[in-house]
Amino acid sequence: MLTKRIIPCLDIKDGRTVKGVNFVELRDAGDPVELAAQYAREGADELVFLDITATVEKRKTLVELVKRVAAEINIPFTVGGGISTKEDVSALLDAGADKISINSSAVKRPELINELALEFGSQCVVVAIDTRLVNGEHIVHVRGGRTATELRTISWAKEVQDRGAGEILLTSMDHDGTKAGFADALTAEVSEMLSIPVIASGGAGAMNHFVDSFTKGKSDAALAASIFHFGEISIPALKNYLNTENIPVRIEI
Amino acid sequence: MNVVIIDYNAGNTQSVIYALNRLGVEPVLSADQEVIQAADKVIFPGVGEASTAMSFLKERKLDEVIKSLKQPVFGVCLGLQLLCKHSEENDTDCLGIFDINVKKFEPKLKVPQMGWNNLEAMNSPLFDGLNEAPYVYYVHSYYAELSEYTIAETNYVNRFSAALNKDNFYALQAHPEKSGKVGEQILKNFLSL
Repeated sequence: MLTKRIIPCLDIKDGRTVKGVNFVELRDAGDPVELAAQYAREGADELVFLDITATVEKRKTLVELVKRVAAEINIPFTVGGGISTKEDVSALLDAGADKISINSSAVKRPELINELALEFGSQCVVVAIDTRLVNGEHIVHVRGGRTATELRTISWAKEVQDRGAGEILLTSMDHDGTKAGFADALTAEVSEMLSIPVIASGGAGAMNHFVDSFTKGKSDAALAASIFHFGEISIPALKNYLNTENIPVRIEI
Repeated sequence: MNVVIIDYNAGNTQSVIYALNRLGVEPVLSADQEVIQAADKVIFPGVGEASTAMSFLKERKLDEVIKSLKQPVFGVCLGLQLLCKHSEENDTDCLGIFDINVKKFEPKLKVPQMGWNNLEAMNSPLFDGLNEAPYVYYVHSYYAELSEYTIAETNYVNRFSAALNKDNFYALQAHPEKSGKVGEQILKNFLSL
């Protein structure tokens, strides 16, 4: 049976992880490769690396990082952050990334989704959607959630699929950081409308939030960052819990 | 050991190279007929679209080279589908090693199947040393039907061939290079065939 995926997200700046971690085994918690290897050993199903490096010059370190990750990690990983051209994508995929994620650049020029799907295949094109409630409507936001667009989340999600995205990473800005649970109602609405997988993101704070995301939220995968980095929830414990709650998960590693 | 990965512009070959490196093998990436024919083991990877991949293989005359191989050959993902007779993906005639068809999943579930699913009814040395129903990583919208060549099955929408074998030709729909320890074991098993 196809299992629900648990995806830790690592924020990367200038080739290092940004947020602190408390894995005691790690010699260097700032090294994304060591952290990624740790998560892979613990049973993470996939990884997402989100590059928040500001300068173009320093972004070159990302390709080097992707090469190191690909050499060491034997599970799939997605790279996102600041990707806006075919050349960006080509460099990251050639370096060994399995998928890339685009966000603001897709809003700015939606044809980019078609172009990437045609050139590299839908399976490696993840479109990230940051959504926030504005006057009772779910509105797509860009620039890390700071800027509202004209796009309604539901119709944008459909458009993204029709243009050839292989997967949607749906982050609720309203839920992100609250640790009060994922945006299940919205995620379910998006997931049931679409034929491609939806990754829920934003709001994970407890193990039962993942159960809710997979059942009420109809998500195919759930992504979280801080609860894993700070050791509040370990991946093996989470997967054992999900298993007891009858959520299909990959337990063996 | 002389392991050659067939280079036909299919995505993801780098991941296969890395996975073999982790097993201490330095594979050669080549589209050269003589290099491929001289290999101890041949890996036929693939991420992409069937008709484009077949055109590329034919242009380079790699279709005939692959069919002529006598050493162990391992088709992965699209590689498995291209070793079949015909694919519904853009109505493509494929290599025909396995005399079966590749069909598109009915959209009863999310398509592509993306993520970890079990290998069941495993019946091949390719799966030596694995626990029952181990998980491997899939990304695909098309599947090979069940047949006499099936050496493992998986269930998604319907049961399909997760792996195939005929003579020296082996194939896996999932990505061993991305399937953790299970995938490593499968690669190791192929290398020791």
